[in-house]
Amino acid sequence: MLFKIGRYLMTPGAKMALLAFALVFPFLASNEYQVYVMASAFVWAIAVYGLNIITGYCGQLNLAHGGFFAIGAYTLALLTADAGWSFWPAFVAALLVSAALGFLVGIVSLRLKEHYFAIFTLCVGFIIYLLIDKWEELTHGAIGVRNIAAPSGFGLVDFTETVPFYYLVLAFLVFCIWFMGRLSRSLLGRTFIAIRNGDELAQSLGINLMRNKILAFVLSTTYAGLAGALYAGMVRIIGPEEANIVHTFDMITYLLVGGIGTLMGPLLGTVGIVWITQSLQFLEEYRMIIFGPMLVILVIFFPRGISGQFLTWMHHKVQSMVPGKKRKEKKVQNASTEEAKNNA
Amino acid sequence: MLKVEHLTKMFGGLAAVNDVSVEFETGKINAIIGPNGAGKSTFFNLISGLHQPTSGRITLDGVDVTHMPSDKVARLGVGRTFQTTNLFEQATVLDNLIVGHRLRTESGLWDVLINSKRLQREEKAARDKAMEALDFVGLNHIAGQFIADTTQEERKRVAFALALATDPKIILLDEPAAGVNPEETEGFAELMRKMVDNGLTLCLIEHKMDMIMSLADKIMVLDHGEKIAEGTPEEIRNNPAVIEAYLGGDEDAAA
Repeated sequence: MLFKIGRYLMTPGAKMALLAFALVFPFLASNEYQVYVMASAFVWAIAVYGLNIITGYCGQLNLAHGGFFAIGAYTLALLTADAGWSFWPAFVAALLVSAALGFLVGIVSLRLKEHYFAIFTLCVGFIIYLLIDKWEELTHGAIGVRNIAAPSGFGLVDFTETVPFYYLVLAFLVFCIWFMGRLSRSLLGRTFIAIRNGDELAQSLGINLMRNKILAFVLSTTYAGLAGALYAGMVRIIGPEEANIVHTFDMITYLLVGGIGTLMGPLLGTVGIVWITQSLQFLEEYRMIIFGPMLVILVIFFPRGISGQFLTWMHHKVQSMVPGKKRKEKKVQNASTEEAKNNA
Repeated sequence: MLKVEHLTKMFGGLAAVNDVSVEFETGKINAIIGPNGAGKSTFFNLISGLHQPTSGRITLDGVDVTHMPSDKVARLGVGRTFQTTNLFEQATVLDNLIVGHRLRTESGLWDVLINSKRLQREEKAARDKAMEALDFVGLNHIAGQFIADTTQEERKRVAFALALATDPKIILLDEPAAGVNPEETEGFAELMRKMVDNGLTLCLIEHKMDMIMSLADKIMVLDHGEKIAEGTPEEIRNNPAVIEAYLGGDEDAAA
């Protein structure tokens, strides 16, 4: 029974059903606030997909991700509020700026490996925060930016309304997931995974490390910038807090819970946690008492997140179902693997 | 085909590889032996471009590869395996092998975005190559299994297949038979002979003397970074310098 449900979940039909649910959600929601929460969850999910490219697929823990989200948000905010641009040109500019800055940060930081890279990007993230907070002539400092333009609907729709904005975000999210799916199955995605498996092995397979890592990094910062720009267009008032390192760690949590390096993980993790956080709102600060242990249990028992665990479980189900003999064989194999491990 | 001249690598004041010259001929099994810390793995890293030599020259079929980055060296046809191979555990054997042919493909981000004909063609080629390599090492029956569910021996064969999928001319094998039982060791020796019969050149580091002596065409012995002997298995077996290095003529040789 569970297996049948599982098998259905892996079909394209399940994705269509999920999309259909997302499309009718505004009509099912009991109030506009729920639609707003869902739209903001989608915005964060886009950013988490970006993190999934560089950290999930390519294996480089980027702690400046929240910083690039803020760069996208601030580029859009300053261009529309101060420079008088309309939303869409500013939106494209936000993508280009976060890609360009991602490239510049990437060529420096990706020379470092593993935790050195993580520490370096942590610092980059903090520098971005400091620049936004202290460079008052440009960013208005702690006051933040007001009067940010909403996306123009070209006279057809009004994106200052919650529901149309929700559909706009949904459209971007669907595109981001679609592209991610295509990327992860392609030779390029496999190249990123080879780098995650190990730098030296990847190089011995003829993979140019720097070029591919930079590509993954720029893609991830572009996703972050896209999410940031949408966020700015949604809330219309932003401040230096958007660059707070806390957001990066939130995104890492979403990614870990949903399933790092999987296609649906970022969506599941982000939407799931955002709604759990919402439903525990009545507990105020005490919600961490429930939330904390939940995370601990998840990380211990499902280290690959919900999506990763599901895929592994399904794979083993399918494998064990083939011939009856196979199961036995596999047990023997497992035993010899254990033995080999012990011997090594 | 692979010619190494006066190769030296200094790590600070220590010469990990010291003035080593050797030539590996096409279609032969060349072995490198020596006590632990003799510089064998460093020697491999120098050839494959992971480390840059301090001095000396390496040429592959006449092309100077001395200071080439390792991805370029791989593209010129130097494949290699490592003592341990980290693979994507929760992916199938076949999925792990497809990337092996990446270096012979051109598709980039744009091809992914528009799902170009070139990308489709190249992905099929990479998949076919992976299947071919898997077939060659005798693992096509586990193509759909997760790496996490494979045995130590199968993993080693997958590492071979990964190197084969790069279409190499020469493969550097770092302890291919470490951690497998005698029966499986014989299987690897057979696999290596099969590779050579198919026109490949092999160069391996190994500690299993029985295997080396029956398998290798030529053996080079390294000790403290220096080449102390080179020759056929018979010559090496009777070389006093080699016996001294292994059995310990002086106090630090046993290291």
